[in-house]
Amino acid sequence: MNIVEKILARASGKSSVSPDDVIFADVDKVMLHDVSGPGVIKVFDKLKNQGISVDKLWDPSKVWVAEDHFVPSADKVSAENIVKLSNFTKKYGIEKHFKYGMGQYGICHTLSHEEALVMPGEVYVGGDSHTNTTGALGAFACGLGHTDVAYVLLNGNIWFKVPETYYFKINGKLPDHVMAKDLILKIIGDIGTDGGAYRTMQFGGTGVDEMSVQSRLTLCNMTTEAGAKNGIVEPDQKVIDYLSSRGATNVPLVHGDDDAEYAKIFEYESSEVEPVVAKPFSPANISVVREAPSVELDKSYIGSCTGAKYEDLEAVARILKGRKVKIRTEILPAAISIYQRAMENGLLKIFLDAGATIGPPTCGACCGAHMGVLAKDEICISTTNRNFPGRMGHIESQTYLSSPLVAAASAVTGKITDPRDLK
Amino acid sequence: MKSFKKIKSIITPLDKINVDTDQIVPKQFLKLIHKSGFGKFLFYNWRYDENENLKSDFILNDSKYDNSEIMVTGDNFGCGSSREHAVWALQDYGFSVIIAPSFADIFFSNCFKNGLLPISLNPKTVEKLQQELDPIEVDLERQIIKTSSEEITFEIDSYKKKILLDGLDDIAQTLQFEDKISEFERNSKVPSVL
Repeated sequence: MNIVEKILARASGKSSVSPDDVIFADVDKVMLHDVSGPGVIKVFDKLKNQGISVDKLWDPSKVWVAEDHFVPSADKVSAENIVKLSNFTKKYGIEKHFKYGMGQYGICHTLSHEEALVMPGEVYVGGDSHTNTTGALGAFACGLGHTDVAYVLLNGNIWFKVPETYYFKINGKLPDHVMAKDLILKIIGDIGTDGGAYRTMQFGGTGVDEMSVQSRLTLCNMTTEAGAKNGIVEPDQKVIDYLSSRGATNVPLVHGDDDAEYAKIFEYESSEVEPVVAKPFSPANISVVREAPSVELDKSYIGSCTGAKYEDLEAVARILKGRKVKIRTEILPAAISIYQRAMENGLLKIFLDAGATIGPPTCGACCGAHMGVLAKDEICISTTNRNFPGRMGHIESQTYLSSPLVAAASAVTGKITDPRDLK
Repeated sequence: MKSFKKIKSIITPLDKINVDTDQIVPKQFLKLIHKSGFGKFLFYNWRYDENENLKSDFILNDSKYDNSEIMVTGDNFGCGSSREHAVWALQDYGFSVIIAPSFADIFFSNCFKNGLLPISLNPKTVEKLQQELDPIEVDLERQIIKTSSEEITFEIDSYKKKILLDGLDDIAQTLQFEDKISEFERNSKVPSVL
């Protein structure tokens, strides 16, 4: 069995499972946020009206709640949703509720690793499509709709069809100017936005072994954009160190068998990967940066679960140090812990000296919620994950998706720029 | 959830691939959680111009499709964000069936929680259905789509079919076995958690 089959076999109490088996899996962790949470509350209300008891959750200690999409509260309705969420966690005894303005909080997928909330080998589901991110820790992590999340909260399990696995073997270390974001965009460009539909996308090979945990998180995060059920990397010592340094103890490891089977194997040579952008209006619409259209950018947005981890901010700082931005540049660290580290290590000073604006942790303009949404005809280069029409604001705005290095280099020149070409 | 009846209506052809949930319901409406009333937000940016007037060139705004309950569309429908609001909006607008060559996974699953029937057919058949001007009939019980000229069979998981026909969501479905569950819990040595 491969790693996903092993995790799902364990979670369903079976000695082995194969692709297409339908199983009932015990869930180890569940996440909801300020968009899916109120949706779940609605489902609970409906069940209650039907005379079904929703007095107790299956296990509140396995549930955690993030405030991220519309916080700090963008308007009256978002403010009311935050109140609803707070009442919900209080009523059901959910202690892990990361509230803005009260210490650590941030984007749900970022908290999953920054707070070591998910361990290798676990089944982790969340009310958000980018829950796939956390597969980089070696967990089976996938997103669910509100009704499914409500079901898990009450019962602690959920059915899955065991996905078949596409294995992406990455040979060799990525060059310095190339980031995991470039690699995953290239892969999505190759297989298409439904190329991974209902499959696991597993990443391995020496290129992934060499990669930091945060780079692996970027790979798994964007498997959603290829339609994958989940993304995963086999955990190693780096994952143990990463989670241990964030307070976890006895981090377990889980691996696929030597004779593990994969539906398909794709090979990539790291040395051949170049900085790329995804042009409007699809994450699969890929162009090498040096061949990208010469457009006048209005904005560079550095944020989100995809592109505002500490490592991403460090990459941006390497470019912005001693330089000035030529277009509006917003930098929103994905969690308070990242914000704090960026402050302690001088990154925030570099950003401010360069002329960028620093915002609070939030999904913000990535999903077009607030904090810098785009006007008609505005063109933005962004470290986020989607560039559908209107995703970041006006339906006639445009978003180019890129790595943090490319977004920072482009902030300096006002055009889509390969970091190697920066003077 | 209402039980799923035979549907007969003309089809609305939406000739687009990769229709994502941001297009089905844009972000500004995600803050709202009442399940009804989302129909007016469906394909908001495609249906309305900046002054919130209906755009005449978008197919849903053609009054001949006003009573259509069946949408026929392209590959990978419902990709992107997991928002269940997308299903609520399609349903509230009046759609009961979505036919496409393929669907995004979370959207597909969300359909069955709310009584919307997604049917995936091979691309050629979908293309042909998009041209169909006469009403077609979708018979879930028999898994058949009847057009003016032919009968097309479709596949659906037997459990999902039952859910729609009975009008029960997963939770209600499970609770049909409440007696057995309680009996199991009584006899189980593991302490009950629910």
